Amino acid sequence: MNEKTKTSDECSRRQFFTHLSITLGSIAAVMIGIPIIGSILAPIVKKPKPDWRPVGAVKNFTIGDTVKVTFVDASPLPWSGVTAETAAWLRRTQEEEFMAFSVNCAHLGCPVRWVAGAKLFMCPCHGGVYYSDGSVAAGPPPRGLYKYPVRVKNGQVEIKTSPIPITTV
Amino acid sequence: MRFLRSAWYWFDDRTGIAGALGPIAQHAVPRNSASWFYVFGSATLFAFLLQVATGVTLAFMYVPSAGEAYQSLEFITNQTTFGRIVRGMHNWGASAMILLVGIHMIRVYMTAAYKFPREMHWITGVVLLALTVVMGFTGQVVRWDQTAVWSTIVASEQAGRIPFIGAWVADFIIGGETVGGTTLSRMFAYHVFIIPALLFIFIGFHLYLVIKNGISEFPKAGEPVDPATYREKYESMVKRDGVAFWPDAAWRDMVFGFIVITTILLIAIIIGPPNLGPPPNPSNIDALPVPDWYFIFYFAFLALMPPSMETYLMVFGPLVVGLLLFMLPFISNRGERSPLRRPWAVAIVALTIASISGLWAIGISSPWSPHFHAKPLTVEIIGADSGAIYRGGMNFNEKGCLYCHTIDGHGGERGPNLSYIGDRLSTNELTWRIMNGGLNMPGFGGTLSNQELNDLVIFLKTRKKGNENTGR
Repeated sequence: MNEKTKTSDECSRRQFFTHLSITLGSIAAVMIGIPIIGSILAPIVKKPKPDWRPVGAVKNFTIGDTVKVTFVDASPLPWSGVTAETAAWLRRTQEEEFMAFSVNCAHLGCPVRWVAGAKLFMCPCHGGVYYSDGSVAAGPPPRGLYKYPVRVKNGQVEIKTSPIPITTV
Repeated sequence: MRFLRSAWYWFDDRTGIAGALGPIAQHAVPRNSASWFYVFGSATLFAFLLQVATGVTLAFMYVPSAGEAYQSLEFITNQTTFGRIVRGMHNWGASAMILLVGIHMIRVYMTAAYKFPREMHWITGVVLLALTVVMGFTGQVVRWDQTAVWSTIVASEQAGRIPFIGAWVADFIIGGETVGGTTLSRMFAYHVFIIPALLFIFIGFHLYLVIKNGISEFPKAGEPVDPATYREKYESMVKRDGVAFWPDAAWRDMVFGFIVITTILLIAIIIGPPNLGPPPNPSNIDALPVPDWYFIFYFAFLALMPPSMETYLMVFGPLVVGLLLFMLPFISNRGERSPLRRPWAVAIVALTIASISGLWAIGISSPWSPHFHAKPLTVEIIGADSGAIYRGGMNFNEKGCLYCHTIDGHGGERGPNLSYIGDRLSTNELTWRIMNGGLNMPGFGGTLSNQELNDLVIFLKTRKKGNENTGR
């Protein structure tokens, strides 16, 4: 009798320690997990603030021409080096009016080229082609080229930085 | 000599290493599994160990910083002692691993080694396949040149097509909303810490399972697997007619592994690592991000699938394939193992190899892409050095027609070959097609002047079979 009680006593002691160990382990895992997972996932929540970047004086652009302009992206880090650079296709449409297109193909993001003779944007990867207004002319892209906001300020053309346009459904 | 022996006795006495590993090394395996068909798994393992060794070596010299990685790669390749060879081995070792994983997988599938009781061998193998593929991709990215940057963008664009969470996954991959300072550090962490850790775990598990359930015997037609009796039969067969794994079966692994490692080393010395492209500058758009050879079939697949279904195929295609592979041992885990009695298995393997090679062959020439470097039509080909025909020929060069259409061997392959278009279409039909486009051709109605259009049509009308020998 006495022995039996002892056994069941031990069992509950053992159970207690089992639960205690598992609980403490889980709490510790969650505690260290929050900052770890949080910092790894942070980039998907934290959005850089769009900024206006000057890309050149208005007078440097010829009306009707489409040229590539280079500027610093929305979230440059001190160690980004050349990877902080980004580009857009800029066209001066009128005296004070500009259009800016993403260089990323709307299909899978490859860099599209402006073929001046044909007045088309062409993608080297899977053959996406766009008209000069950015709309799809041929190939697999599901939508036209992304357009950047662009403005003229103090004689300078400025493009508003935007993320790489990711085609989502 | 006596000292070495006594040192070993001391070490073995304190660690028990011989007693622990000896039986494992010398466990009996089926006599017919000691065969040249069975060397690919171990060769994959050797290639993996080579990747670990060369990868760690590269980490001594590589700087995983978005701004400086490119310079450190140039440094490794051009300035460090043996750096070029180590980088070459790491690159070709990756190719070897992908190839060997594929062959090993085909061998396992053809001999149905995934059937009872080895379902988990297959499942861990599928996980290892996925991890190897991700290593291949992240490896191309940490080779931080122009192609790496654009490949990352292409990969995140694909991830972006995932319903609902696509944008998040894409941001997760590139570490924010643009490729830049955060991207390479993340890719480096995946490539060097996270995936290798998983690889070690799953390779360990995979090998443990091989010891636990034994190496599968080479299948004989007419000896189906019955889960109720298989283990007993296997054990008595191994006891009756087994050979010691080490060295009776393992020597072939060593010979083949030696050949693999030597080949990789030789290729690394002779060919060296792949050339670095231009620096990873996202504003340099003169890029054609082609994946490493083992993904080219997928690159082709992305180009050839119908655009209306591509989002689904892009996202769910790999998912379904992965799931099917994963489910395989649950779909069939008993019955015949011999390929002689499994025509469907043989057909599936043949079909898979055929479609991957087909896509691969097309992907290399990528006829769907405009060929920006196509050689312009010459005066000889145009057949005139002034007048409407000449002007039309020059328009063909300048208006981008050439990038997609071939005439007499010059030009791209995206559109139909126009060498004999004059035989097929009338003047009106030509005008109409150029103006309106169609199928995969842009309409040029808004961009050509009347004169340009007329010249172009006149030029194209001269493209006839009979004209071939008229002194062009």
